Amino acid sequence: MTGIIKSEPFVINIGPQHPSTHGVFRIKATVDGEKVIDAEMVMGYLHRSMEKLAEERTYTQNIPFTDRTDYLSSMSNNLGYCLAVEKLAGIEVPPRGNAIRVIMAELQRLASHCMAVGAFANDTGAWQTPVMWAFREREKILDIFEVTSGARLTCNYMRIGGVAFDLRPEFEPMVRRILRDFPPFIDEMEGLLSENEIFIARTRGVGVLTPEMAINSSLSGPMLRGSGIAWDIRKADPYCGYEQYDFDIPIGYNGDSYDRFIVRLEEMRQSLKIIQQALDGLPGGPFRTEVPLALRPPKGEAYARIESPRGELGYYLVSDEGPSPYRFHIRPPSFINLSALKEMTVGGTVADAIVVLGSIDIVVGEIDR
Amino acid sequence: MTPFLVSDKWYDIRDLGNLSRALLDAADKILPGGVVYVLAALIGFVASFLLFVLPSQLIIGVYGERRIIGRMQSRLGPNRVGPFGLLQPIADAIKLIQKEALTPTQADRVVMYIAPIIFVMPAVLLWAVIPFGENMVIADIPVSLMYFLAVSALPVIATFMAGWSSNNKYSLFGAMRIVSMAISYESPLVLALLGAVVMSGTISLSGMVAWADQYTIWMVFVQPLALVIYFICVSAELNRTPVDIAEAESEIVAGYLTEYSGMKWGLFYGMDIGYALAASGFAATVFLGGWTLFGLEKWVPGWMIFIGKTHLFYFLFIWTRGTLPRLRADQLMAFAWKFLLPLGVFNLLIVSTERMLWAEQDYAKGLIYVFALVNIVLSVGLVYAWARFNGYRPERTPTRPRLVKQAGGYIPVGERP
Repeated sequence: MTGIIKSEPFVINIGPQHPSTHGVFRIKATVDGEKVIDAEMVMGYLHRSMEKLAEERTYTQNIPFTDRTDYLSSMSNNLGYCLAVEKLAGIEVPPRGNAIRVIMAELQRLASHCMAVGAFANDTGAWQTPVMWAFREREKILDIFEVTSGARLTCNYMRIGGVAFDLRPEFEPMVRRILRDFPPFIDEMEGLLSENEIFIARTRGVGVLTPEMAINSSLSGPMLRGSGIAWDIRKADPYCGYEQYDFDIPIGYNGDSYDRFIVRLEEMRQSLKIIQQALDGLPGGPFRTEVPLALRPPKGEAYARIESPRGELGYYLVSDEGPSPYRFHIRPPSFINLSALKEMTVGGTVADAIVVLGSIDIVVGEIDR
Repeated sequence: MTPFLVSDKWYDIRDLGNLSRALLDAADKILPGGVVYVLAALIGFVASFLLFVLPSQLIIGVYGERRIIGRMQSRLGPNRVGPFGLLQPIADAIKLIQKEALTPTQADRVVMYIAPIIFVMPAVLLWAVIPFGENMVIADIPVSLMYFLAVSALPVIATFMAGWSSNNKYSLFGAMRIVSMAISYESPLVLALLGAVVMSGTISLSGMVAWADQYTIWMVFVQPLALVIYFICVSAELNRTPVDIAEAESEIVAGYLTEYSGMKWGLFYGMDIGYALAASGFAATVFLGGWTLFGLEKWVPGWMIFIGKTHLFYFLFIWTRGTLPRLRADQLMAFAWKFLLPLGVFNLLIVSTERMLWAEQDYAKGLIYVFALVNIVLSVGLVYAWARFNGYRPERTPTRPRLVKQAGGYIPVGERP
């Protein structure tokens, strides 16, 4: 008996309360020393039954629900839902409404990517400095949202047929300031993280996602682009007049966490480019088509998808000519992106699992709905 | 006043000791026998708290660190309690004392209770051998460098006890990591210091200060590589970011401290800063010339120069903490064995050769400056060459993604989009 040291794998719960799970999400990891040999995802802690509740409310009343799915990009969620309703009811949006939607969606992408990049850096252990810098920039965007819609986080700004209010006079100078301040910030982040040897050592080759795996798991957004697949709904299936703006799709090299990170940074640059163009060519005219409050779309179904900061965000609606949707379904990008987590974590260490989870950039409100 | 003044210099800290001795002698005549010993202990405690713990550990350590890191993170840092928030550490301490120190039911209660106490003791003992000024060293033993290394390795036992006794998986992770890390990093640390020892020819800290004073050069210029290795190793041993894997908060919650709360946690937290300050003081003594400053020590109190240098070095810890991400445990081990250890050996080889040459020249003062110049160049070259040899190729890591105009399928690397 003496002289034999027995070792056996044990289960460690990463979450539901853990500094790096970005909400109440849990990974049941079986570890052998530092190595993860099995990982099981446990979710549903934040389930609020939104899809069912939405069947009892009118189409307009459902917009605030979409704020609360992906609470870090409420504008994009509003937009996706409104596009689906407009498709269902056949409503045209005036050009000014479309341009405002594009500006808002891209500002939201900047804000959301700030959070993603900062939180990811925090997961790699850069003690709060990048996340504070990112929050500093994100605040400026939230200020713009506050000026325009009255709310910072859950904006509830998009309406069926356009947007809720016209832009205020303060809006344009504020956005111009973002356009001026943001490129130095992105450069700063690149200097602090992208070119940092420790950061590269921590993220290069960690959580590698091959193109086949990414497509088979039906991933989207920066996850998919990090694996070197040029796919962006804004290019592939343009909405809101994205086809008139000139921008590029950034794609990564070998699909590791580092690639996802640099893809996000570059997407911020591209978003700035789109905002610049949209702001310069902002058309006049009405910002909204008048739509009856109790909208009763014709019988049928519609699926609208947009490129949210996290990937393909789809809304599927079925109408039975009633005032509320017969079926309301969300295709949340975080949830589907998360499905590749097990493949990416098993074989790495516990520290790698945290980095991989951070690179997926999940929002638990969207996973559990 | 004159009877208990050591020197005519107003700032000589030894006067305080003489003053208290005079007071105690006077008290001994009045009070019944034995009471004076209690009084002496009380005076000693209060004095050491007021002189060392309060200004250096609480104010500079806790407050300064939080304030500087706050500035680095573009926020204000503590600024509410007292003027400029200076009383924040004291408010924190009061809060910690009030809090309940929880013990999990399944924990090993005794070991969990004594672990913070064992952690505190070496932090105090370390200061015994560090010279604060001329003659201002509590125990001027001839092997003080070895004493420092030996004592500074003790807290690892306390942290392992803490991690093991908590009966928590995260704590166990932290404990496992810190033990493996301490074993890995002790050898390059000693090798680096050996360079300084060979160059100065002494193993006593006072002797090293005297050496720096005699040749009017700091050890850091003669042994730049040794300082770099020392700094990395000591960061690892002290659990400072970028190498704080034992309490990596984003991975294993708080490592060995996960189950600790209240003042038991406070002792770990406070003494972490105490160790960092002691390590800084040690580095200031060995590498930055201690309390001497090229003749300025005749005009400015030596202990002021020493504290200034200590905090200058401590600022490096704060700086790295504010900027760098954390390495993974296995990368950290690889770094110690594959990178720091060979570099330490190379450094020792170079410094031994130089010492031999220097001895042949009868320790000429001018030669040391030549060595300094040669060593600075050699260190930079050596670090770069060894990194390249180990596969460091920054130009092969693209830091910007590829850009494509059209949506489509997979684009292999190398194919023009």
